[in-house]
Amino acid sequence: MSDVLIAARDLSVHFPLRGFLLGERPVVRACEGINLEIEKGHFFGLVGESGSGKTTLGRAMLKAAPISHGEVVYSDSEVTYDLGSLKGPELKDYRKRAQLIFQDPYAALSPRMTVRDIIAEPLEVMGLTSSRDETDQRVREIAAKCRLNLEHLRRFPHAFSGGQRQRISIARALVSDPKFIVADESVAALDVSIQADVLNLLNKIQEESGITFLFISHDLSVIAHTCDFVAVMYLGQIVESAPTRKLFAETAHPYTKALLSAIPSLDPDAQSKAQKLEGEIPSPINPPPGCRFNTRCPHARDRCRSEVPEWREMSSGHHVACHFAEEID
Amino acid sequence: MTGPLISVENLTLRFKTDEGLVTAVNDVSFEIAPGEVLGLVGESGSGKSVVAKSLMMLNAENAVYDDDSRITLNVDDRDYDVLSLKRPDEQKIIHGGAISMIFQEPMASFAPAITIGDQMVEQLLIHSEMTRTEAREISVEMLARVGIPEPAQRFGQYAFEFSGGMRQRAMIAMALSTKPKLLIADEPTTALDVTIQAQVIELMKDLVEEFHMSILFITHDLGVIAQTADRVAVMYLGNLVETGTVRQVINSPAHPYTRGLLNSLPKLGDLDAPLTPVPGDIPSPLDRPSGCVFHTRCPEFIGDVCKQKIPATTVDSASHEVACHLATQGEPA
Repeated sequence: MSDVLIAARDLSVHFPLRGFLLGERPVVRACEGINLEIEKGHFFGLVGESGSGKTTLGRAMLKAAPISHGEVVYSDSEVTYDLGSLKGPELKDYRKRAQLIFQDPYAALSPRMTVRDIIAEPLEVMGLTSSRDETDQRVREIAAKCRLNLEHLRRFPHAFSGGQRQRISIARALVSDPKFIVADESVAALDVSIQADVLNLLNKIQEESGITFLFISHDLSVIAHTCDFVAVMYLGQIVESAPTRKLFAETAHPYTKALLSAIPSLDPDAQSKAQKLEGEIPSPINPPPGCRFNTRCPHARDRCRSEVPEWREMSSGHHVACHFAEEID
Repeated sequence: MTGPLISVENLTLRFKTDEGLVTAVNDVSFEIAPGEVLGLVGESGSGKSVVAKSLMMLNAENAVYDDDSRITLNVDDRDYDVLSLKRPDEQKIIHGGAISMIFQEPMASFAPAITIGDQMVEQLLIHSEMTRTEAREISVEMLARVGIPEPAQRFGQYAFEFSGGMRQRAMIAMALSTKPKLLIADEPTTALDVTIQAQVIELMKDLVEEFHMSILFITHDLGVIAQTADRVAVMYLGNLVETGTVRQVINSPAHPYTRGLLNSLPKLGDLDAPLTPVPGDIPSPLDRPSGCVFHTRCPEFIGDVCKQKIPATTVDSASHEVACHLATQGEPA
């Protein structure tokens, strides 16, 4: 497909551990053999439990985590970058094109800078504007998009609520006019009523500007509502990916099924359909052989314990890594 | 059924701060019956944790309770006036004796340099006449009961050696080992992954039946409430705005704020449903709105009466309580 903005091919991110004198150094395999393509203008969701490697994958796509194996290629209408070898002025240019929104809006904003300075900083650092007037003009434009008024720009972050702070973070990410934004758990720290507001804002920005989003979350119901494409991660690997509606209608991987059934239903009379997972996510230092999910999978057989399942296309656009995806229901 | 296990009447609590008195809880009344799970829902800043801490007198020194606030705990046919318990030996009954609490962040609740086992034994020694050996046996038994594998070995380990889910199980084991009548669970599953959350909820449901205790379950997650609670109380800015059975509150919410919370939740069953946020932000407790506290954000605002008059709490025939002028003036269109 030609319309791919950023693609990971066989991507692995390993973090070696220190402090062992004898024997082989243990390695945390945070991401292993990831294949992922994000098309232009998509709102792409990445879901998984803590420790699944979703943040590491997001960072690798921003060249903020080391790429140990494989490649990440970014390509828009102007440039094509292979992130593995990117450095110098090209890396600086990539920083303009790809931005990050963090989880915790309380930690992400400097308490000593006014909102105007926070939003203007990327412009100044990247030298995107030539005069102070131009900077102010641009800051006001972006702030208005994120529903921040002139009065807000003069204040410091402590004067704002969580939802407002997250809108400031979004404004800062938008100001360099990026093509690609990674939003890492951007609504996880917010109350539900505020969460809905921020999700609506992100969707509106995406529709108006065509920015491609990688939206990382542990919450499948949030992903379902905002994203048009979803990938599910487990222990450093993508186990299933599909257009959102397809994923929910034709869930194939046992892990995705378990995640879905674990979401508490709003209906007090709904009996939990007991796809309950036993145990917890294993350590990424020494992942189980074969399918990494075999230690918790209710359908695991001998083949799952020895043979790594292939990443295959079940139907158009719907990929899964499970030996028995067709047989399980 | 006898009377309530604990009843809270007209609880009003203010904190003394440099900027003046901040009202954290305003005229809150509710009861919890023996064996009942009451869900307390609200956004951050709504005062739900402060209410819970009041039951155990755990609020900071600068908390000022209003004179007509009353919390009555009924244990073994004896009434305790919780707010009048001042000395540590009097407070034993609310500090682990009849009331135990589990917290959101289990790593922060265990002492990092004392083994899990020693912490469990310590509280048993305080609250009962057991010997150290008996306390140890009971603790290991409780660890096994909450589903911790190899409990005897785990007993000697430190909190950092446990995973998040295991820590929360150990926390529950510790809270339940003194056989409390009321367990206060303050966002016990918020820091956990959904799959682990499902395990912990299942465990808590089993334990309620087994120990026949009551739970005050605090959370901002209405889905968790729907799956655990018998009754629900919804808080906004220190006020109780709606109380009812879980079916009443979730299936036919009477207060605009409860409706707002439900409408802003993403629902898996209906991906096309728009997410409707509650407009605006929660006001500062230093600057509480007059009249109905929710009127500044209320999408069903009906005019001056909301601004000026504090809505009375109305109760319908099925004991579904709501504090809203709409309820007294008939249904909105």
